[in-house]
Amino acid sequence: MSASIETLVNKEYQYGFVTDIESDTIPVGLTEETVRLISAKKQEPQWLLDWRLKAFRRWLTMTEPSWPNVKYTKVDYQAQTYYSAPKSVKPLQSLDEVDPELLRTYEKLGISLTEQKRLSGVAVDAIFDSVSVGTTMKDELKKAGVVFCSFGEAVHEHPDLIQKYLGSVVPYSDNFFAALNSAVFSDGSFVFVPKGVKCPLELSTYFRINAAETGQFERTLIVAEEGASVSYLEGCTAPKRSTNQLHAAVVELIALDDATIKYSTVQNWYAGDADGVGGIYNFVTKRGKAMARAKISWTQVETGSAITWKYPSVILQGDDSTGEFYSVAVVNNHQQADTGTKMIHIGRNTKSTIISKGISAGHGQNSYRGQVKVLPKAEGARNYTQCDSMLIGNKCGAHTFPYIEVANDSATLEHEASTSKIGEDQIFYCKQRGLNTEHAISLIVAGFCKEVFKELPMEFALEAQQLLGISLEGSVG
Amino acid sequence: MLRISDLHASAGDKPILKGISLDVRAGEVHAIMGPNGSGKSTLAQIIAGHPGYEVTSGSISYEGEDLLDLDAEERAQRGVFLAFQYPVEIPGVTNAYFLRAAYNEIRKAHGEEEVDPIEFLDLVEEKLKLVDMDPAMLHRSVNAGFSGGEKKRNEILQMAVLAPKLAVLDETDSGLDIDALRIVANGVNALKRPTNATVVVTHYQRLLDYIIPDHVHVLAGGRIIRSGGKELAHELEAKGYDWLLEPAGVGA
Repeated sequence: MSASIETLVNKEYQYGFVTDIESDTIPVGLTEETVRLISAKKQEPQWLLDWRLKAFRRWLTMTEPSWPNVKYTKVDYQAQTYYSAPKSVKPLQSLDEVDPELLRTYEKLGISLTEQKRLSGVAVDAIFDSVSVGTTMKDELKKAGVVFCSFGEAVHEHPDLIQKYLGSVVPYSDNFFAALNSAVFSDGSFVFVPKGVKCPLELSTYFRINAAETGQFERTLIVAEEGASVSYLEGCTAPKRSTNQLHAAVVELIALDDATIKYSTVQNWYAGDADGVGGIYNFVTKRGKAMARAKISWTQVETGSAITWKYPSVILQGDDSTGEFYSVAVVNNHQQADTGTKMIHIGRNTKSTIISKGISAGHGQNSYRGQVKVLPKAEGARNYTQCDSMLIGNKCGAHTFPYIEVANDSATLEHEASTSKIGEDQIFYCKQRGLNTEHAISLIVAGFCKEVFKELPMEFALEAQQLLGISLEGSVG
Repeated sequence: MLRISDLHASAGDKPILKGISLDVRAGEVHAIMGPNGSGKSTLAQIIAGHPGYEVTSGSISYEGEDLLDLDAEERAQRGVFLAFQYPVEIPGVTNAYFLRAAYNEIRKAHGEEEVDPIEFLDLVEEKLKLVDMDPAMLHRSVNAGFSGGEKKRNEILQMAVLAPKLAVLDETDSGLDIDALRIVANGVNALKRPTNATVVVTHYQRLLDYIIPDHVHVLAGGRIIRSGGKELAHELEAKGYDWLLEPAGVGA
């Protein structure tokens, strides 16, 4: 590979700064006491503590999954801190009370928590380490009847909804990381869109890990009632640190009859340095349940993290429900990703679409792992899967693991897969037309990812495209 | 405009060009002809800056600058254009987007403002007529699924939009039927100016019925073995290459 590709994949991570802020951090280690302490700090009701404890006890009996196609030093769960909060965060009445240092952090990340966001029609919830530091545009949302707040706040203000839906799609016993999250989750976001309401704004949550040796375990719960619709975006960054940090989130989506939930992720956690030192372990469980005629759409652009393990899935419970998964996953240097989706067809005439674009550069290893399961009653189910891999350089890898189980003869499934290499010819062609190598690669890669980018909300499509350019910088030689 | 002096170049360990010298002045059309494997396309690629070849000795100067010192994109920005023998496909990137990106890079390099998509569309639509291309082609991915003739026409469209000073056409006639050939040639002729120059690389004489060269050079075995006026092309058409190759000591 020529020198140009290699330089392109190696640009500095620009979000790698640390904010100097006083934190309330609990001692390292994980015992039942830790769980109780977190729950007490959040002044949670008894039922939630009980749920956490059940999750914790279950977790103790589980083992970390070894089937993903990734290699890493196992996490020492007793060496982690499970709760860290910026000290000044008491229940806030308005954003004016947020520590200015935090606001500056978010400004640096390009996210304004102050009212500027009003113009762009996006409401933002910011999660700093373990807690939400502020949600913008609450009043506008309230008028429409939409609830968008931190998870902690929702536990106190909407306990019935939380109790009804928490763990209803991802039970605490689901898997090792989901159980861990259920035991120790510290905050997250909650969205509730009532019957018939179209959420008037894009909702966005911004996750930031700041403290060292601290895991981030947030939960997101989104409920769209009958006929409601909402579009939600999450973004993630973290400082550069030489140790690995754990991020084990759980996201649950519930789309009742005729509801639509569109969930987009731009994940740019610190990926570790060029030698593979440091970076975030991103072990995430995301799943949605779609009732009759409902639609759940996952779009993800994954460029960060040292290790990614995530399979945003849809349970197509109701008849005529739709599930979609659009994914761009980029690995560079020593990053490893094992990502894909599960589409579980239960209802009749359920439809699912999977478009996965994997880009591997440097020594990166990228695996697509996807399951399409058609249950006996899913008459007329349809799935279309397209799984494309692009290789940049010759030290990286792309792997595809499709699992297809069909128990109904009337189902129609299509699976297409391709692997291509960014050719020197393509780059030379672009250069001959006046584009430099970086521009050429970002153009070729953007073309490759086009079907996914067009699914992103407009404001974020451009950001995602730029992010992709940055994470591939130095990859072409 | 372009001066090539005693150029030697190889691909890997294999020497391909063995001492080429060529002078191209503004306003001129040069044809480089020769049998397959003579090094014609290599010469075209080296002028454009393809990284796959190594220049082992000799020099190329372009408008007083050492061309070999410049990256491919810098050459393009200074007005060197190569119409590819095999235009490359870029799936997912529309022709219009690609062309505008290229156009703006070249403008930026000259310290000019970038143009927005709407202004650009006006400019392109006019150029489309030159190569008789359907505007719908602008919204298809670059060369993806194009027929051979469409790809070649697309190259000339790019040339028309980017308005190079030195255009090198590498086997632009290959794979074209007679109608397409005429369209492509008319496009090239319409772009001819006293301030720019064209180098046409071709195996056959037929393109030169439409694009009339001022100078014809025969390349064989990595050397220019004969130069002449446009009548040399006709002579080659009548007699083939062999009569030139043997006295030059080059096996056919």
